[in-house]
Amino acid sequence: MSESRVNDFVLKIGTVNGTGSASANGLLLKAFFRMGIPVTGKNLFPSNIQGLPTWYGIRVNHKGYMARSKRVDVMVALNAQTYQKDMDNVTPGGFLIYDSTWPRERQLSRNDITVLGVPLAKLCNENFSDARVRILMKNIAYVGILAALLNIDTKILRALIEETFASKPKLVESNLKAINLGFNYAKDNFTCPLPTHAETMGNNSKHIMIDGNSAAGLGCVYAGATVGAWYPITPSTGLMDAYKAYCKMFRIDKETGKKNYVIIQAEDELAAAGTVLGANWVGARAFTPTSGPGISLMSEFIGFAYYTEIPSVFFNVQRVGPSTGMPTRTQQCDIMLCAYASHGDTQHPLLFPADPYECFEMAVSAFDLAERLQTPVFVLSDLDIGMNDWMIPELKWDDNYQPDRGKVLSSGDVDKLEKFYRYLDVDGDGIAARTLPGENAKGAYFVRGSGHNKHGMYTESSEEYKDLVDRLLVKWKTARALVPKPVLIKARKETPIGIIAYGSSHGAVIEALDDLREKGIEADYMRVRAFPFNGEVTRFVEQHETIFVVEQNRDAQLRSLLILETNTDARKLIPVLHYSGMPIPTSCVVEGICEHLCAKDVA
Amino acid sequence: MSFIKKPKIDLPGQLHNEIGLLKRDYEGAMSTLCAGCGHDSITAAIVQAFWELSIPPEKVIKLSGIGCSSKTPAYFLSGAHGFNSVHGRMPSVAIGAHSGNRDLVCIGVSGDGDSLSIGFGQFGHAVRRNLNMLYIIENNGVYGLTKGQFSAAADKGSKSKRGDINQWKNIDAVSTAISMGSSFVARSFSGDREQLVTLIKAGIMHPGCAILDVVSPCVTFNNHPGSTKSYTYTRDHYHPASQTDFITPASEIKVSYAEGTSTVVELHDGSKLLLKKASSGYDATDRSRVMRYLEQQRAQGEVVTGLLYINAELPEMHRIYRTSETPMKDVAFEELNPGSEALAKLQARMR
Repeated sequence: MSESRVNDFVLKIGTVNGTGSASANGLLLKAFFRMGIPVTGKNLFPSNIQGLPTWYGIRVNHKGYMARSKRVDVMVALNAQTYQKDMDNVTPGGFLIYDSTWPRERQLSRNDITVLGVPLAKLCNENFSDARVRILMKNIAYVGILAALLNIDTKILRALIEETFASKPKLVESNLKAINLGFNYAKDNFTCPLPTHAETMGNNSKHIMIDGNSAAGLGCVYAGATVGAWYPITPSTGLMDAYKAYCKMFRIDKETGKKNYVIIQAEDELAAAGTVLGANWVGARAFTPTSGPGISLMSEFIGFAYYTEIPSVFFNVQRVGPSTGMPTRTQQCDIMLCAYASHGDTQHPLLFPADPYECFEMAVSAFDLAERLQTPVFVLSDLDIGMNDWMIPELKWDDNYQPDRGKVLSSGDVDKLEKFYRYLDVDGDGIAARTLPGENAKGAYFVRGSGHNKHGMYTESSEEYKDLVDRLLVKWKTARALVPKPVLIKARKETPIGIIAYGSSHGAVIEALDDLREKGIEADYMRVRAFPFNGEVTRFVEQHETIFVVEQNRDAQLRSLLILETNTDARKLIPVLHYSGMPIPTSCVVEGICEHLCAKDVA
Repeated sequence: MSFIKKPKIDLPGQLHNEIGLLKRDYEGAMSTLCAGCGHDSITAAIVQAFWELSIPPEKVIKLSGIGCSSKTPAYFLSGAHGFNSVHGRMPSVAIGAHSGNRDLVCIGVSGDGDSLSIGFGQFGHAVRRNLNMLYIIENNGVYGLTKGQFSAAADKGSKSKRGDINQWKNIDAVSTAISMGSSFVARSFSGDREQLVTLIKAGIMHPGCAILDVVSPCVTFNNHPGSTKSYTYTRDHYHPASQTDFITPASEIKVSYAEGTSTVVELHDGSKLLLKKASSGYDATDRSRVMRYLEQQRAQGEVVTGLLYINAELPEMHRIYRTSETPMKDVAFEELNPGSEALAKLQARMR
């Protein structure tokens, strides 16, 4: 009854949080990766430390699709509390593995799936004496079971365990013992491997596995950022953790122990933003990682930085809003918030990384853009990118790269001027030169959030006020040409249908393009990578009759921005939305597009 | 306020300081505050103190929040970069600025509304980090720019210009700062120029967060009978707990005091603070006794001034953090960027 699914399946593991299943799941993910099969892992966890249900989904796919799939081909259901639900979720023809140590109620069964019972707790209780070790090893034991059932290379598992516990040989021994317990039990009791299994393929050697927060933190180190200020908030915390870890690796003087970085864990997000502005004002590259609620709190300073033109970099690892929302679920829901954050006429460049690779790259470009444009720049990642492990091409670094510090006058430059005026647009690009404190009294100026004129002096004059805010519009135009360009994937033939998506929705759209093609639908796809939109985005919108805008929020926020900024006919832009808090699955894109096109055909 | 552009005139007989600058080189734009405002006296004292210390203006950053007090950085040291931030958030900007360039001499000017209400949290955390700065609170017990509401510093029972009696207990910047573990806490009065200049100098040279609460009467909204922040009230209830002399590293202590009547506190740059005890035997290094004394005096409505608490040994933020001596903004990019080889090596662990 089960079809054979080789290197194309979804494995899901349901456990209780705080029991140590994360390392077991990481082990599985890495094992598939080292077998050379494209793989992605998504963690679904509660806003809690211990005792609530948590799931980990691993998608193994030989075609390299990275999006979340709604399929569950193999379910490991270890949490009695969610057993019923976990079983219901298995795709017909799939497999369910459960702990058969305790009797299971008969009604909790299905005829269209294969149920495999393994006495996991019993096995571990018989083989390990310590209570905590028994719980931990139960996790490692299911890795052993899956190794047998799914044909995972045990040599790779052994190597991974040896690497992980290189400094603790005793743990290597107990982990391997647990793997063997599970592996042997499965071999003795079931036909191994299952029709759904893995087989070594290709080569992932040019790839790595990393989460977006780590990649962005690393990007900040490579960008030369020296000051990081933050207030802990899920799901952005990992970004500062990574920055700190990499700074410890690369930025501490071996002889003196002195640090070439300053991390300020602020009293709140307001202070974090103030610290970022203060540091950038004196000429250090500074950033803050946060999430939606943090941006709300920082908004006053964001408007200040816009108006006083202080470069600053804000990472918003988005989570489900509004309000506290669901802190451990993902969305793309802060697009409008960040585009126009703060009171008065304000607008800010946004960057949309689609994966950890771009988190690294865009972390660097964010600093360049912020300093070039002398304005706050936002990197809009999300929980899915930030906290999940993604398989991405190796990160590259060009040693010839030099940071773009923008228009900064040295003390010598200032000496040559008759007089220095902070907000004078000499070049016509809307960007005035700045000076740094500590260098030259002649270059001194007064930063003020109150009305100021092009000379940097306080003003309440209507003309002088307008002159300055109109110049900021010129700068906005300059920004349009400087932000990362969109990526266009053309259909195989001419088509009036376009798709626009951004950030973590990319994987679902890529897969959907293939699915749609099978249904006879061809679409051009543009992945928008930044706001303000540059000309290519406007042209794409103009050139297509129907454009599906795929995003992960309820209110079609990017679509709103497109309508506002491109003057397009709103009726052309069809929203395809997913906002459950789970990463967008491919099926949502396919169904959203098909439904609309079918409805049109009927009409 | 005056709308005449401030003239810079060379007056005969003006003195040059050690780096050859005149006092006018430490001045700023013309004040737009009300005539007689205590804040203008503080501004003048700041000019005097920086001039006497011979600090190059460009090495200074001056920051503030929002309010009458926070306008004043525009009125001194026009050769220093200034930052008039958002309401109550000056300390966080100072932390960032000092993180980015630790060589800058940092002065923050705030008010009682700015630091004790909207910015109470940031005030506390600047103290907690012992950020190397002089933090002046120009304290008039009232919101001036919004026309005379009580601030959190207004004493209970104090009368507003409209005749309302304040029902709430006040927040005292001095005892709050001491209880939060501050390394330097002083109080002064805008009307006592001599003491103020000394305390500003001491605060600038103190290697940590120096909190200086200055009673600075608001002539327009809080200078009437019944106010406890008026010129008259302050003059009547004002008494220094100790007298402080500031002695630069180069000069010697010339006057000798009888044993037990003075304490010398040496700062890291070699300058010294000579604390002369008043008859009460006040000891500014004994935290618990200081707190008790201040509480007693407060209960009697007395305004105790002077350098009230000091601990010059508490390490400032960068010493705790072990930041490089080179200001962050000056560290070469090559030193900050690990390069392609390190990146390749790092990624070997990500497989």
